[in-house]
Amino acid sequence: MEKKEGRLKGHKDVTIMDLPGIYSLSPYTLEEVVARNYLITERPDAILNIVDGTNLERNLYLSTQIMELGIPVVVAVNMSDLLEKSGDKVYLDKLSAKLGCPVVAISALKGTGIEKAAEKAVELARSKTVNAPVHEFAATVEAAISSVEDKLGQDIDEEQKRFFAIKLLEKDDKIIENMKSVPDVSAEIKALEDEFDDDTESIITNERYTYISSIIGECCKKSRKKKLSVSDKIDRVVTNRFAALPIFAVIMFIVYYVSVTTVGTFATDWANDGLFGDGWHLFGIGTSGYNEAVDEYAVRNVFTEELSVVVDDAGKADIVGAEDLQGAIEDGDFGAFEEAYGSYADAFAEAGYDLDAVLPLDGEGEFADAPDPADYGVWVPGIPVLVERLLDAVNCADWLYSLIIDGIVGGVGAVLGFVPQMLVLFIFLAFLESCGYMARVAFVMDRIFRKFGLSGKSFIPMLIGSGCGVPGIMASRTIENDRDRKMTIMTTTFIPCGAKLPIIALIATSLFGGNGFVAVSAYFIGVAAIVISGIMLKKTKMFAGDPAPFVMELPAYHWPTVGNVLRSMWERGWSFIKKAGTIILLSSIVIWAGSHFGNVGGSFGFGLDMELSDSVLGYIGNGIKWIFAPLGFGDATAAIATIMGLVAKEEVVGVFGVLDFVSMTQLAAYSFLIFNLLCAPCFAAIGAIKREMNSAKWTWFAIGYQCIFAYAISLIVYQLGSLFTGNGNAIGTIAAVLVLAFLLYMLFRPYKESNTLKVKVKTKKANA
Amino acid sequence: MKTLRQTACGETVKVVKLTGEGPVRRRIMDMGITKGVEIYVRKVAPLGDPVEVTVRGYELSLRKADAEMIEVE
Repeated sequence: MEKKEGRLKGHKDVTIMDLPGIYSLSPYTLEEVVARNYLITERPDAILNIVDGTNLERNLYLSTQIMELGIPVVVAVNMSDLLEKSGDKVYLDKLSAKLGCPVVAISALKGTGIEKAAEKAVELARSKTVNAPVHEFAATVEAAISSVEDKLGQDIDEEQKRFFAIKLLEKDDKIIENMKSVPDVSAEIKALEDEFDDDTESIITNERYTYISSIIGECCKKSRKKKLSVSDKIDRVVTNRFAALPIFAVIMFIVYYVSVTTVGTFATDWANDGLFGDGWHLFGIGTSGYNEAVDEYAVRNVFTEELSVVVDDAGKADIVGAEDLQGAIEDGDFGAFEEAYGSYADAFAEAGYDLDAVLPLDGEGEFADAPDPADYGVWVPGIPVLVERLLDAVNCADWLYSLIIDGIVGGVGAVLGFVPQMLVLFIFLAFLESCGYMARVAFVMDRIFRKFGLSGKSFIPMLIGSGCGVPGIMASRTIENDRDRKMTIMTTTFIPCGAKLPIIALIATSLFGGNGFVAVSAYFIGVAAIVISGIMLKKTKMFAGDPAPFVMELPAYHWPTVGNVLRSMWERGWSFIKKAGTIILLSSIVIWAGSHFGNVGGSFGFGLDMELSDSVLGYIGNGIKWIFAPLGFGDATAAIATIMGLVAKEEVVGVFGVLDFVSMTQLAAYSFLIFNLLCAPCFAAIGAIKREMNSAKWTWFAIGYQCIFAYAISLIVYQLGSLFTGNGNAIGTIAAVLVLAFLLYMLFRPYKESNTLKVKVKTKKANA
Repeated sequence: MKTLRQTACGETVKVVKLTGEGPVRRRIMDMGITKGVEIYVRKVAPLGDPVEVTVRGYELSLRKADAEMIEVE
């Protein structure tokens, strides 16, 4: 839970604390407890209470509670621009008199009146005049409050007494943590409850609203025109019984299409291959010229008769990947050919079809005399290239060169490569949030998602997660409810992201004859993992602990300003770079060291071109491979591939190539696929999880859960699969059945939703 | 006793009593649904739950299970 701190412009000595948005000071939600503990124990010099002027009645309810804290209050009536437009009036002076505190009008959207409101608060804080609450409840309630006030100990300040007295009457169990001695007020409670035939919590809530109703008529006037507002008209269409779901689908498609497939892919490719790769053509100048040159080069030098003969022969012999190569040659597509060549050349060579012999390769295995993109148009070299040049110029040592280029630049690049795509997505999120549609998403989707302990808003993170888990996790920020948000963060990466597709594709081509069913099943497993995890987790102690009422305000639609959308986009993007960056940088260096230190000629040392099997990572892989034996892939390379998957999921196929897959059974490969789809995501996503959880404990819990869940599902699939194909073994089968039984128990056991907030919030005893 | 759950779309009702206990009930009250207040049922979500109501001049959504706690006339 976050409180944001900042300084007031022009007043170096003034600190502003932004508390979470709340509706009340009840003890039931984390936001409310955090906010009220801050107000009670830190005792800020003044409170700037921002209320929605278009919805004054409900907003003043919180104001009446804040007035009782014994802290000077300034009420700022927000949305004054909308009030003007609709013709509704709020009489500030009347409101000020009725509330007993200064009232100013502001518009956060248009940026008007904010400085004046802040000045007023500073002025009030300096004068240290506490405005005593002027609102009054029914006489009997007031009598009970003053009777409790008299019983309070010396540790409670005079001006805070009303607040504490009311909380005690409301039987608020969290307030005791802020008190040294707790007087017995059961007599007062009983007297009140007998008189009103209701419980004290309701009596006091009723009294507050009764008071507000009594003053609201004098303080504001609704314009008389009763015709539907624009917002009502929009809402009639957008959440219409029949149109709502199609509209939702269209909006989601646009968000996905722009931020994941088109602009998003372009931005990520530019960042990864251009900015953090070899370089890029400025504004695309020269790209088409270069592409033509490459295709011409390929047709003339690469796609020769000799090559076609070898590939066609391999195709007749059903060598894995031959179809891909044939297709690329037919289309004259050099890029696709290069990619397929990278994946399948080893498998070809193993089967006796030597591609290298018929390709124009130079001494280093590169295509000889291929066109250089830098010769075309305006070429901007990538950051690694520039850093390389710099290091070459200063004659940097080889190991340091490798650390900087492969470890640090590569690692930081991996983080920053996602940022452009994230910014695109964040613009959408900011827009959907501030225009009011996001609340409707929750309204429309709630029925489906709440069954799995998720919010209707969880749909967006999961949709985005199918492109990349990092912005997917970041998108969970829009979910206010703490429990729903944590659950969404934990399960979003189960959906196969773009980087997992190469794993799926390679397994499908090398063992299942390119069957499309493998890819479909991967998405199905992802969705099933989310549903199963949601149902299981919401019944565990970690989640069942906190109540999650879904009683939500649906704000009026309005057009957001460009400035606000951009600010929100930048805040989110920057917070990812700052907080997730460290963990990713650190892990990249650790992985770099793990793969470059190891056995050099019999002793421990550093090697630039170290074989993975000789490196520390290799030894670790070898040491832990037994863990994966029950899943069907107890092989050192498979273990290393899984570890390398933490850097980026596509690394899995970099380490574990076609040859390794071909030697596996279909079942073992499928189990390997399931494990790599569901286990801990890449470091960038782990960084995002840490950023969003904002807690080391929860980050570890999320990662641990994902790994254990992945292991359990792979075990069940592999062992029971072996049993049905006649290769089962007794111990494995028993283990799988036990795990399955446990999963089913966790899924179907009964549970009861809790009624109290169990999360411990740090409190200081008042005035201690 | 009729509850808000049974109230049809387009109807305006008056709250008589809130049953149940704990955070959901408190939240409902905090949002302004208290004894004697008028509630207008605006619409039901496309999948049949939750419902959207107008109370104290603003729009609020709540689940049918929670609407059952609100006795109306």
